[in-house]
Amino acid sequence: MLIDTLTRWLLRAGAIVSALVMLLILAFLLIESWPVLDQITPTRFFTDTSWHPMEGAYNLMPMLSGTLLASVGALLLAIPLGIASALFIVFYAPIYFALPYKRLIELLAGIPSVVFGFWGLTTLVPLINQLHPPGASLLAAILVLTLMILPTITLTAYAALNAVPKEYLHGAAALGLSRWGMIYGVVFPAARSGIVAGIILAAGRAIGETMAVLMVAGNVVQHPEGLFDPIRTLAANIALEMAYAMGDHRAVLFVSGLLLMLLVMLLSAMAGKMENNQYA
Amino acid sequence: MLEVITMDKWQSYRDRFIQLLIYCLVLLVSAVFVWILFDLIKGGWSHLSWEFLTQSPFDAGRSGGIGPILISTLLILLVALITALPLAWTTAALLAEYVPVTSQFGKTIRFSLQVLAGVPSIVFGLFGNAFFSIYLGLGFSILSGGLTLACMLLPILVSTAEAGLRAVPQSYRLSAAALGMSRTATLIQLLLPAAAPTLAAGLLLGIGRAVAETAALLFTSGYVDRMPDSLLDSGRALALHIFDLAMNVPGGDTPAYASALVLVVLLLCINILAMKLAYGLQRRRIMSL
Amino acid sequence: MNATPDNSLQNSCNCDDAYTLGPLQVGPPCCDPQPVIQVENLSLQYGGKTALEKVTLDIYRGCITALIGPSGCGKTSFLSAINRLIDLIPTCQISGHIRVDGEDIYDPGTNVQALRRKIGMVFQKPTPFPLSIRRNITLPLREHGITQRHKVEAIIEQVLRDVGLWDEVCDRLDTAALSLSGGQQQRLCIARALALNPEILLMDEPCSALDPIASGVVEDLISRLSGRYTIVIVTHNLAQARRIANYAAFFWIKERAGQLVEFGHCRHIFESPTHELTAAYVNGSRG
Repeated sequence: MLIDTLTRWLLRAGAIVSALVMLLILAFLLIESWPVLDQITPTRFFTDTSWHPMEGAYNLMPMLSGTLLASVGALLLAIPLGIASALFIVFYAPIYFALPYKRLIELLAGIPSVVFGFWGLTTLVPLINQLHPPGASLLAAILVLTLMILPTITLTAYAALNAVPKEYLHGAAALGLSRWGMIYGVVFPAARSGIVAGIILAAGRAIGETMAVLMVAGNVVQHPEGLFDPIRTLAANIALEMAYAMGDHRAVLFVSGLLLMLLVMLLSAMAGKMENNQYA
Repeated sequence: MLEVITMDKWQSYRDRFIQLLIYCLVLLVSAVFVWILFDLIKGGWSHLSWEFLTQSPFDAGRSGGIGPILISTLLILLVALITALPLAWTTAALLAEYVPVTSQFGKTIRFSLQVLAGVPSIVFGLFGNAFFSIYLGLGFSILSGGLTLACMLLPILVSTAEAGLRAVPQSYRLSAAALGMSRTATLIQLLLPAAAPTLAAGLLLGIGRAVAETAALLFTSGYVDRMPDSLLDSGRALALHIFDLAMNVPGGDTPAYASALVLVVLLLCINILAMKLAYGLQRRRIMSL
Repeated sequence: MNATPDNSLQNSCNCDDAYTLGPLQVGPPCCDPQPVIQVENLSLQYGGKTALEKVTLDIYRGCITALIGPSGCGKTSFLSAINRLIDLIPTCQISGHIRVDGEDIYDPGTNVQALRRKIGMVFQKPTPFPLSIRRNITLPLREHGITQRHKVEAIIEQVLRDVGLWDEVCDRLDTAALSLSGGQQQRLCIARALALNPEILLMDEPCSALDPIASGVVEDLISRLSGRYTIVIVTHNLAQARRIANYAAFFWIKERAGQLVEFGHCRHIFESPTHELTAAYVNGSRG
């Protein structure tokens, strides 16, 4: 049984290292942002006049609003499309369409964000430019993000819908419910927590997405006044300025990274709670 | 009676309307995606050739090929997998086989991995830059990039492997124990092979993520498009190459299209290959002595 | 409460059949009224709920002992306590003693793997591993250090012949075990257990998941194994217990815990039980 004891210790060591990665990341983000967190009161990230890190003005608000607007916009578009797609696969599609459509969505889930960004840059931005210059805008960011999170929402909603026990459906059909009546009255309540968890997951992806948004959003630091105004997101800001940032500027970028991570952690905690409620 | 009939009629109109709506939305989604794929093929197909895949890029990538970039991508991927796989699979084995679901130790590890799974890739980039490139002094190198990706892949590899192990029927464990097999032997000879399809599927997901990743590599593996001499050399990943061509190189659209096409086709092949591998592994295990 | 085995036992035992199974290394006398497993005051709890209370029972060498009784009365728990398979259930607590060949198996120093090698087990559902037929047998053999090729091959042929599977599968040993029929799978599982040359075989309703014909084949096999191995079999099929067993132990649920009501020679339990519960159960009016 020596070998079993050895194995157990080996596995335990591996697991501890895996768990430490998270701590390590948190620790390094904190260490790197400490110079700024130590000197500057956190309210300055909201009250400074502008984002001019070279001159010591660190207002993160425009970028935060850009991030949230783009994510919320993308969710508003992707949720109906994603749920409709999942309903199509599970309930509406003729048998020879369901699988190809699912494969298509799975294929899309694997397309890298940089390719979506590139396509947005070469196709969407010129189109929007014809509609209303400059083209690289909040709208472009929303559309590209929608395409990116659509597969996530579709596939999680599909899994949730598919997991609804068939007895419920037979029961509903036996009561003479119409198809939509069955979906709305029986299927949605049973699959709700799974669908919502998927949406929260997608929201996390949208908030953290860097490259695709960076390529199409125009990257002007401002509170957008309309859909056609360019924006800059927190993640894009890090990618843009990290290359030349020094000293406090670099530290502020780490602070924004920390902020991004806290946002996503909050969302994943919510998703975790949803999942727990599912079994309650 | 009349009321019931109008109700039925209304319901059937409503059902038809919703069905139509769903069909329209699905058509829209399909159309947009076909549009994207069509654009990629149209933009990149003519530029694709054997030379493009093997030559070095010239003139900031406007001409020449993507040979060294493919090599760098492969090396980054290898570093990431070699680091992440042993860690992930030992963690998964511990979580699935050795710790009760309710134990505090298991819960802590699971929670930490769950948080890790949500961390945006740009944050991994920040961490990788601060820890691997600067603190450990690896600089902008394939090694830092690969190690950063390894951290990123860890949660997905662990969760798929754990799910795979948990799906192995309990009867295998009971009968193996009843035959006096040690837990280690049961794990290696029986449970891991039985979970191989899921392990392979997780591996596939991980490879797909790694190959598609850009943001985490921006400040870790660097931009240099030369053929790397060693793992400590900077190397440009394919996804990063597309980004650079599109954003920083005027007139780089055609090679960018071609590179994007290569990347998408590559991901597709990895998908199909890994699926085949998953089935093949299982079959070979059954067939062989 | 526990009836002592009567001495007419030896006459009733069908020893001849037991020796048709090919060569025997050690010939334990057929159905020797000598206890090989001694269970003393065994109680089992799962997370605070008592599954089995104060069972005291001797299992005799070379005999078939059938455990009968209604579902949920702790027969399977009793069985898995004998080869310490309940170790795999974290919430399980055990008290009392089980001695196999005079040694307490819950002693901290016990080599559990060696114990389980000595005590084979067959489950209700056939549980072949998703490997080839050959590897299903070689895997546990290798684990116990038997690796010489000729020896392994000889064992495979021997045990497959013992369970009557050799003629059916000898030309496709490398195909998947899961492609066999249910009855064949169950016989493979028995062969797999026999390959380790155990002294004791625990069988947990080995026929209940099989169709009647396959069940008959497995039943014949079990009765042929008696004498060579000490067999403890859980069964819900009373007729089967009556046909194959030398001894029978009747379990019943009292105050939500499984208890041993009566133990004795098979004929005694089925024809003139001491306890009225036993009589009611074997006559089909209870349980």
